Amino acid sequence: MSKNPFPLSKDELLKAYRTMRTIREFEERLHVEFAKGDIPGFVHLYAGEEACATGIMMHLTDTDRIASTHRGHGHCIAKGVDVHEMMAEIYGKATGACRGKGGSMHIADLSKGMMGANGILGAGAPLACGAALASKFRGDKGVSVTFFGDGASNQGMVLESMNLAAVWNLPVIFVVENNGYAESTSVDYATAVDSYVDRASGFGLPGVTVDGADFFAVYEAAGEVIRRAREGGGPSLLECKMARFFGHFEGDAQTYKAKDENELNRANRDCIKMFADRVREAGVVTAAELGAIEKEVEALIDDAVAAAKNALPPTPRELTTDVYVSY
Amino acid sequence: MARKISMKQAINEALDLEMKRDPTVIVMGEDIVGGAGAPGEEDAWGGVLGVTKGLHAKYPGRLLDTPLSESAYIGAAIGAATCGMRPVAELMFLDFSGVCFDQILNQAAKFKYMFGGKAKTPVVIRAMVGAGFRAAAQHSQMLTPVFTHIPGLKVVCPSNAYDAKGLLIQAIRDDDPVIFCEHKNLYGHETDVPAEAYAIPFGEASVVREGKDVTIVSYGLTVQRALEAAEKLAKDRIQAEVIDLRTLSPIDWDTVVESVESTGRLVVVDEANPRCSIATDVAARVAQEAFNALKAAPQMVTAPHAPVPFSPVLEDLYIPTADAIAKAASKIASHAIAA
Amino acid sequence: MTDESVKPIVMPKWGLSMSEGKLTGWLKTAGDKIAVGEQIVEVETDKIAGVVEASDAGVLRRTIGEVDAVYPVKALIGVIADASVPDSEIDAYVASYVTPAADEEEEEEKSAYAFVDTPVGSIRYAKRGERGDAVVLVHGFGGDLDNWLFNIDALAAKTTIYALDLPGHGQSTKAIPENGLLGLAKGLLGFMDALDVERAHLVGHSMGGAVSMLAALEAPQRVQSLTLIDSAGLGSEINADYLAGFVSASSRRELKPVVEQLFADPKLVSRQLLEDLLRYKRLDGVEAALSTISSQFQADGKQRTVLGPELKGFDGPILVIWGEDDRVIPAAHANALAGAKTEIISGVGHMAQMEKASRVNELVLAHLGV
Repeated sequence: MSKNPFPLSKDELLKAYRTMRTIREFEERLHVEFAKGDIPGFVHLYAGEEACATGIMMHLTDTDRIASTHRGHGHCIAKGVDVHEMMAEIYGKATGACRGKGGSMHIADLSKGMMGANGILGAGAPLACGAALASKFRGDKGVSVTFFGDGASNQGMVLESMNLAAVWNLPVIFVVENNGYAESTSVDYATAVDSYVDRASGFGLPGVTVDGADFFAVYEAAGEVIRRAREGGGPSLLECKMARFFGHFEGDAQTYKAKDENELNRANRDCIKMFADRVREAGVVTAAELGAIEKEVEALIDDAVAAAKNALPPTPRELTTDVYVSY
Repeated sequence: MARKISMKQAINEALDLEMKRDPTVIVMGEDIVGGAGAPGEEDAWGGVLGVTKGLHAKYPGRLLDTPLSESAYIGAAIGAATCGMRPVAELMFLDFSGVCFDQILNQAAKFKYMFGGKAKTPVVIRAMVGAGFRAAAQHSQMLTPVFTHIPGLKVVCPSNAYDAKGLLIQAIRDDDPVIFCEHKNLYGHETDVPAEAYAIPFGEASVVREGKDVTIVSYGLTVQRALEAAEKLAKDRIQAEVIDLRTLSPIDWDTVVESVESTGRLVVVDEANPRCSIATDVAARVAQEAFNALKAAPQMVTAPHAPVPFSPVLEDLYIPTADAIAKAASKIASHAIAA
Repeated sequence: MTDESVKPIVMPKWGLSMSEGKLTGWLKTAGDKIAVGEQIVEVETDKIAGVVEASDAGVLRRTIGEVDAVYPVKALIGVIADASVPDSEIDAYVASYVTPAADEEEEEEKSAYAFVDTPVGSIRYAKRGERGDAVVLVHGFGGDLDNWLFNIDALAAKTTIYALDLPGHGQSTKAIPENGLLGLAKGLLGFMDALDVERAHLVGHSMGGAVSMLAALEAPQRVQSLTLIDSAGLGSEINADYLAGFVSASSRRELKPVVEQLFADPKLVSRQLLEDLLRYKRLDGVEAALSTISSQFQADGKQRTVLGPELKGFDGPILVIWGEDDRVIPAAHANALAGAKTEIISGVGHMAQMEKASRVNELVLAHLGV
């Protein structure tokens, strides 16, 4: 084995690989199952974006909180939400993370600091400011991270939150997951500034842009902004540029993309492939070790899908439970 | 020890007592302290009408003035609530809920349910409601029906100082999101209020006047109007029972139905606009639950289907008057005393 | 013009805060002969419903008050006079009658309640009357000094009355002294100390009776006599369901059936009575205080402190009054003390001092020797 040139230990590298692979397998499998017609409602897949969630989440603990998006499976997995519970939730079963009452867009696990995937674009930003405020009051050195896309960046609540975070010096990271598209609308059309970093400085926050397909770039930049926040240095904006391999939602014909865009992205901008190549080439990790992880992940996803399919839906009584703590 | 204080002071006391008792209670809103970053006095305003004055000095660091960003700070209050704090956020006028409605409607109200019971959002959003202040259309609405409609929210609207203090203390201790409506025209209204802390449970209406001939149900400012109407009716030997709902969600159906089963007649008074209002809600529900007890159709006395006008002459016609209430009650009760 | 042959019937003042009452019914008609103590007119206040008894004998010559009308305290609502008194004199009396000004009443009201610091904390009390012996009125579990609203004026005419809110009750401190009833008894003596009352007659209702007995045993030289009304401490049985229900009720609906158990006639329980009780129970610390007191003084329906033989150590006179239909503490306990004067009143429940106030006042005044 060669000396490890990376800022993560071998175990951490394997963990990162496992996380990214889990996300990829989870999403690819959903793509297949959704096409069969078994999954109710809508799913929005994160495949291609794994390095962003993983690179950031590796700096966080359960005390840190994240607010996610409608495209939240990757954030959930990277933050440690149980894969079986996630799958069951997506299938609308009682064993789901939200007892089947939330679905794909509302998976949450507050015990892991996962404040929920969110069906309202940009709504996580104020919530994450609140989580950061709570951490400040408690003095627990926690940070909160709010993820939103290039489209949601233009939502009023996001902009207000950026100002509020700066004014109150909150330990919150605004992560722009810039995959080039807001549904079918290109970022080139919808956002006036060329770079979200310009917007950050316009609001009084430090900002940085990284290649979201480069795990190590994300990891390093995230480490920097998270450390700053933890030490009382206030909020930052982190833009991760990446590609989503699937459509906005499953069923999206994706005709707004160039004809071979997805193919090219999968060939040239696959963050997991690039990660695997780098760590193998550096001699820190072997193909066999990576292969073992792949097998385990496959088994995990298979099991999660089977369990979800066999699980029972919530009982009719649950229609009206948990509207309030007490009424 | 009970002494006469105004509703405004009662609300201040409730916040004071709860902030003293529970360190996780924080207060935020525009100008709730006042003077932030400005060269003059700190605590310059204590809220636009002075409701939070004096708290800043007692609880340094726990009252936060906010930028003009309702969706950000109301959302932050909601987010902080899901993370173990008990924030009391002030939305200066409930009319401003337009700009932060998503955080209330789609976030706070739905977390507990969407997350399968595994979340708790103990946030209180205090806001001014009501007309009669000559504040015109965008600062005078009674939007209680809008929030009452939303499952997951609780909605409270006291009619007097005693209730305001006890209901706000309850709201802060409550684990669900509460919209706490303060009628701006009741801030000066005084009643006997104990100095100690006390919590009035939600979903318990108050029978403020007993009577056997007609039931008049209301909340907020129009409770006072209903009592004036009851005095007028008494001169015509019609004894009105006046019920103050206190909380719109949860609502005390039992007390209303019990009263109508005894009087057989119902008048609902609502300062909100008539379509899909508390008036239609109560009238329909009573018609369903107590149809056989009703001797006449339920009457609804509400504001008109119009924005709140500015000109005082018009605004005074907007809010249900004691005369209008008495007239509606007379219409259905006058034949009772002929017997 | 004062004319002793014409006697007014006026709206009474029941309790320290009453300012007006509603006349709800005449029990006699004009022309009826009236004896002293007969019930003549029904009145409802916001606190309670009650009956006005005649304080003079004669013929009911005028029924001035109308049913369902509200009158201020001391307003003229009727006239009693001998049959021989001419109508013109009565008309003249009625025409010249002036209801005493309301602000005199307000003055009284303002100074009616006071607070004093004692070793167990701040105690609210009312003091009325200036002459004769000191008498301390001690309410029962969950009550307050207003429980004596029908008694204070009558007793204050001949004695100096002190009525207090015990710790945990009314507007006194909500902190409970240790040692249960004995702690409360010591608190009572501390209250007397704070007001320089060296010696007093104690009149105790329900739990207040047990507290009064313990105070008499603790400091016999300070207690001149004991009056025990529907009292705790004289036997084992007590209605634990009532106590538990009272402690836990947090709404009018829950409280009403509980409080109705206190009276022989449940119609005496007005909405205002319940509202006042709820306002008290909602105060922070009250439910805990009541729960503690309850468990200190009884367990599973059996009273922990039963005094019978011990009272031989107290040589002052003892009067025991009970409502025959008491559903909280059985009337059989009235006979527990061999040397006491005992009166059991029929048609009355646990709140004898409210349900048959004038009889109780009469008995107490006689017992006090005034």
